[in-house]
Amino acid sequence: MSAGRRAIPALLLLLGLIAIWELYVEVKGSSFSTAILPAPHQVASALYDDRALLWSNFLVTAKEVLLGILLAAVLGAILSVAIHFSPTLRRAVYPLTVASQAVPVPILAPVLAFWLGFGLLPKLMVVALVSFFSVVVTTTAGLAAVDPDLVKLMRTFDASRLRTFRHIELPSALPGVFAGAKIAVAVSVIGAVLAEYMGSNSGLGYVILVSEPQLLVARAVAAVVILSLFAIALFALLGLIERLALPWVYRSPAEQAT
Amino acid sequence: MIEAPPEEPRELNAALDFVRVELVSRGFETRHGRVQALAGMSLHAAPREVVAVVGPSGCGKSTLLELICKLQKPDAGTIEAGPAALMPQRDLLLPWLSAIDNAALALRARGISRVQARSIAAPWLERFGLARFEHTRPAELSGGMRQRVSFLRTLLAGKPVLALDEPFAALDAITRQEMQGWLGRVLESEPRTVILVTHDVEEAVMLGDRVVVMSPRPGHTVSEIEVPLTRPRKRTDPAVVDLRERALTALGVQA
Repeated sequence: MSAGRRAIPALLLLLGLIAIWELYVEVKGSSFSTAILPAPHQVASALYDDRALLWSNFLVTAKEVLLGILLAAVLGAILSVAIHFSPTLRRAVYPLTVASQAVPVPILAPVLAFWLGFGLLPKLMVVALVSFFSVVVTTTAGLAAVDPDLVKLMRTFDASRLRTFRHIELPSALPGVFAGAKIAVAVSVIGAVLAEYMGSNSGLGYVILVSEPQLLVARAVAAVVILSLFAIALFALLGLIERLALPWVYRSPAEQAT
Repeated sequence: MIEAPPEEPRELNAALDFVRVELVSRGFETRHGRVQALAGMSLHAAPREVVAVVGPSGCGKSTLLELICKLQKPDAGTIEAGPAALMPQRDLLLPWLSAIDNAALALRARGISRVQARSIAAPWLERFGLARFEHTRPAELSGGMRQRVSFLRTLLAGKPVLALDEPFAALDAITRQEMQGWLGRVLESEPRTVILVTHDVEEAVMLGDRVVVMSPRPGHTVSEIEVPLTRPRKRTDPAVVDLRERALTALGVQA
């Protein structure tokens, strides 16, 4: 089945939902559509009319998300390796890593803004923080799943611990890093938006924040549409990079049968 | 079939190519109490001798190999053995490496560069009939090919002692018979001190210079059977059939 044909069910479902939405807003009347929920056609025209504004602010948010996820992947991978080698460190760090996920961004963002200002850096930290956990969990699981017999085999080959890590454990951990980053995509977009809410003068989160009070709800929803499309694209991009970088992880069903 | 070796994997230390296991005991603490894997196990292998070890499932055969490879220490008894390389039961090839890089893993483990490791492994792959599959990943190799790569990986570790843990147990019957013939020919041209653990009595008689029969857990030697036959051996040879029956009797199997 081609990629185009596979997309048909999702597109049909989406069209159906948009139609229901359009009808619902139509029934509710114009005061509802300006203040609470705009109709899809209003969102579409906002997307077109405000395209320059949305695009320039999208670039800001996209940069925060991409760099934040990258940071989370690098730091998460490093921490996972450290945890893998030190059970004490695991016992010390793991509960705190879980706890860090429970800290609401609105509480955290002002502190980060106080320390790091209103630029890119505090947003990047928020995105990294909310994405970090899933990377650590999946990467640690990947490392723990390394066959102990492989480690024994390397010992009979006189491999040092470092070479065993490099040849066996590191490649085994990489799929976990990608899995964690993919899980983190949606939450990282939300993290970026919330961080922008808390203190910024650009980004799609900022657009949403300033559009709502001006009753430019259609523009705010247009920003949300862009964020959703961005999340899908980012997920697909990570999948693509993974396929190119780790081709052994994915095999076609025909190959698996042999 | 097998030509002269293109290059010795590593200089073999002639003084240390025997295995001597004397009255070794080894147990483990588990959640269900202590499990005694080996009790008073003795075994020896002369230089370049192939000793096949057969025994019922769970009789401590894998523990024996790990002791010989110095991956574990015995609770009691002594083990003297030359440097040994393990060939694990499952092939355990790395899915992200091509056949040649898998075969060269032991060389890479010693810090040899990729280019050099490949140049050492390449002639061996050719000898093992795998030249066309150098750059193929394990997932696309057949079971027999995977075992050949796995064996080559262990061979290229350059150890005088090879500890083979049921190398062909996972293969289908036809491939297994082919691989047994293949391993016999390889060891003929590339002699090593081999401890071959198997649960296949016929495999033991086909490949071993001597067959050591182990008891159920806690494992120890109950019988040793010399196999004074020249190679290549035929499964249908009356002498092979006779030795196989003797080994089965020692195992306590009623024919």
